[in-house]
Amino acid sequence: MLKQIGLNSAADLFSSIPEELRLQRPLNTPAALSELELLNGFERMADANTSAKRTSFVGAGAYSHYIPTVVDHILSRSEFFTAYTPYQPEISQGTLQVIFEFQTLVCQLTGMEVANASMYDGSTALAEAVLMAERVTKRSKVIACGAVHPEYLEVVRTYVQHAGIDFEHVDFDNKTGRTASALDEVLDDKTAAIVVQSPNFFGCIEDVSALAEQAHAVGALLIVTVTEAASLALLKSPGACGADIVVAEGQSFGVPLSFGGPYVGLFATREKYARQMPGRLVGEAYDKQGRRGFVLTLATREQHIKREKATSNICTNEGLIALAATVYLETMGRRGLQEVGQQCAQKTAYAIKQISALSGFSLPFSAPRFNEFVISAPLVATELLSKLAIQHNIDGGLALSRYFKDRPNDILICVTETNTRAEIDSLAQGFNSLVNR
Amino acid sequence: MSNITKVTSHISHNESLIFERSQPGRIGYRLPPLDVDEQPLNDIVPTELQREDDLIDLPEVSEVDVIRHFVRMSTWNYSIDLGMYPLGSCTMKYNSRLNEKVARIPGFGNLHPLTNQEDAQGALQVIYELQEHLAEITGLDGVSLQPAAGAHGEMTGVMIIRAFIDARDGEGASAKRRTMLIPDSAHGTNPASAHLSGFSVKTIRSTSEGFTDLDHLRELCGAGDVAGLMLTNPNTVGLFEKNIREICQIVHDAGGLVYMDGANMNALVGVARPGDMGVDVIHLNLHKTFSTPHGGGGPGCGPCCCTKELEPFLPVPRIVKSGNQYLLDFQKPQSIGRVKAFYGNYGMMLRALSYIQTHGNDGLREATEAAVLNARYIANGLVSDYDKPFDAPPMHEVVFTDKRQARKGAHTLDIAKRLIDYGFHPMTIYFPLIVSGAMLIEPTESVGHQELDQFIEAMRAIAREAAEDPELLLNAPHTTRIGRLDEAAAARKPVLRWKPKAKADAA
Repeated sequence: MLKQIGLNSAADLFSSIPEELRLQRPLNTPAALSELELLNGFERMADANTSAKRTSFVGAGAYSHYIPTVVDHILSRSEFFTAYTPYQPEISQGTLQVIFEFQTLVCQLTGMEVANASMYDGSTALAEAVLMAERVTKRSKVIACGAVHPEYLEVVRTYVQHAGIDFEHVDFDNKTGRTASALDEVLDDKTAAIVVQSPNFFGCIEDVSALAEQAHAVGALLIVTVTEAASLALLKSPGACGADIVVAEGQSFGVPLSFGGPYVGLFATREKYARQMPGRLVGEAYDKQGRRGFVLTLATREQHIKREKATSNICTNEGLIALAATVYLETMGRRGLQEVGQQCAQKTAYAIKQISALSGFSLPFSAPRFNEFVISAPLVATELLSKLAIQHNIDGGLALSRYFKDRPNDILICVTETNTRAEIDSLAQGFNSLVNR
Repeated sequence: MSNITKVTSHISHNESLIFERSQPGRIGYRLPPLDVDEQPLNDIVPTELQREDDLIDLPEVSEVDVIRHFVRMSTWNYSIDLGMYPLGSCTMKYNSRLNEKVARIPGFGNLHPLTNQEDAQGALQVIYELQEHLAEITGLDGVSLQPAAGAHGEMTGVMIIRAFIDARDGEGASAKRRTMLIPDSAHGTNPASAHLSGFSVKTIRSTSEGFTDLDHLRELCGAGDVAGLMLTNPNTVGLFEKNIREICQIVHDAGGLVYMDGANMNALVGVARPGDMGVDVIHLNLHKTFSTPHGGGGPGCGPCCCTKELEPFLPVPRIVKSGNQYLLDFQKPQSIGRVKAFYGNYGMMLRALSYIQTHGNDGLREATEAAVLNARYIANGLVSDYDKPFDAPPMHEVVFTDKRQARKGAHTLDIAKRLIDYGFHPMTIYFPLIVSGAMLIEPTESVGHQELDQFIEAMRAIAREAAEDPELLLNAPHTTRIGRLDEAAAARKPVLRWKPKAKADAA
């Protein structure tokens, strides 16, 4: 082939790169490995992740849920996973119809009117929602209230630091764990949006309807963020509560924990704001023979057309993970999603009863919960959890001191349908044996 | 053969939306029965906080329904595994199954991101090793794998430039430096990312040879307000910016930094390093150069690599090594902050590390050579039939135009659609914007001699058809289950979700 194009050696292919810029030595990266060697190496590293084999009660933005076997089989179809963004609709109808179904499912679950084709994850979806609220209202103050996931707040701060947005945070109420009444003091007619997470970072279910009223009374939007999407099946939908933008982490819908990614951000809003949305949208279209198909649409919002005036810089999103969520939601279906929600709530209520009854343990917050709750232990949480892991092979939750230095003894515990009663009992017994010997 | 009556709707027919297939009472899952004493739900969650709609209209289908539904839809997709996918700037190379297996090892897949670092040493080692390899490949020492895609890496890189300049010049002086220079050939994400970081964009012209116009660059840098340059190299017409050293010098002399869009790194791995060219910060696309699957539009992974000088500004947490321990380091006061929850698209990192290990250092270079050779071979093979706007030898991708075919009324879109009939995915069309009727072709290293010849033959056949029977192109594709869709109508009155019949009629 080289000869056919008039070259003598592979080096000639790079003659347009100035000699002094060409690397004159081999890369200092490892030599090629065979499949066997490579897999052994990765298996060894995987074995060093001692936590992956333990019974776990850690949630806090990433959740262990049952994943039907069919999900990974569908994802593994190379027609889906080795396709590009569906720019040529005639040969991308598979991907396009999946996204259309995904958008519909996201609308149904959030109670909203339009949803996009996905964002990177819940945290970046929230940041984009904040930027969108500024565009819609032409106001620059955004107030996050209560216990929003601390990493989400960090991401929003990064995104808005040069956008001229004044991003404030009103703390949670120490007794209920919900949004504090101090919100009234900062909410005014310069406010573009209130951001609330429900269930919030402590697992407390917020009064979203009341917050929507408060926001709308001053002409602001209400942005609701959800990290535990499984809660949508059981709790009043953000849309029904009056939310204007709903963002969520979709990991609970059939996506493995995978050390934090790839996950999928859900983004939904009211129809009147559709043209202010970030990201891709798929819509229905027809060919000359009147056959129904689907296309990427409303692209004039996007970076490849609008460049610096686009609603977002997002291009590649999380297509395959949106597929996983779609397969999950359709497989579990109406009744399965409800059952997951019910089991989460029931098992969590059981866990709360068992653990809060232990001597020395108490519940710091009074608000109702879905599948996460905070427990105050009589010992420093990190030490207690570390002993529990070593002696009982259980990851008993997240020590809140990771994010809240003033809460050294608090543990955020998550219970899902995957946790058995026996596991919950072991957790309670483990705590008890370590504290009340 | 005749008189066969199909008992089910065949895959060549329309597969309904799942909502249209739904049957009340059908289920496709089974959970273990609840094993704790059930309490009244109202005692757990007050009624007014509960959902009221009983999830009406969500699908109710069996497992077989689900499998058939998705398998049928999958057959309507073109994919890399079906054949050549020569989308320019997208690097649609083979996605190894071994990488998929690695990403599904339970010790990674079941690992919670908030696991204590001592219990996630293997996972952190993967991140650390990949960082080290990417630093060596780019010649840039500081690496963060946190960004989730190319545009996200761009935003990170440009915010790092902004933070560096703010720290260097102080708030007052740096406020005068708010211009980002971007060539007119750049990806649309570049200006969008610059805007997100609070920069205004000035556009640099390209020369008629397809390179950055140095005189224009000097002129723009003379204004004294330049924070940086965002440059793709090889650029989006597939040419290596041979004056890259001088370009970087001009920008540096003007007090700015150089950001390189690494979308086209598949032309350079093992051959030349951005760090050696004077580039300060770059993003990579693991879903391009390092073979992680595109997934029909993500997930990606857009690592940001930078010089030692810029390293303090990378997102937190950094993943570092101390003795034999891998650690999360949050103590970076100058950091731009976090750009994503947790550590990034970890599953993509596993696949990329597997790719690097599978190829080895010599294999990485060979892949680059093959990618460039294949593009050069196509350039050579099509130059007789299509207008090639730039003379310089292309790197890993080559741009042609529809200039000759347009005379007969067949345009780039028609050529692309006709290529579908020949069994290929079309090339990137109408990009870059500076080339009228652009067709940007990137074969990657994953196609062999025979398939390249087939592609060239198909393109030549289309050129003949354009001359003799342009109607054939204008009505293409002829072999797909649907024809060209009316996209204008779809955008005018967008239908973005399914609604139940009654509600749809009422709306």
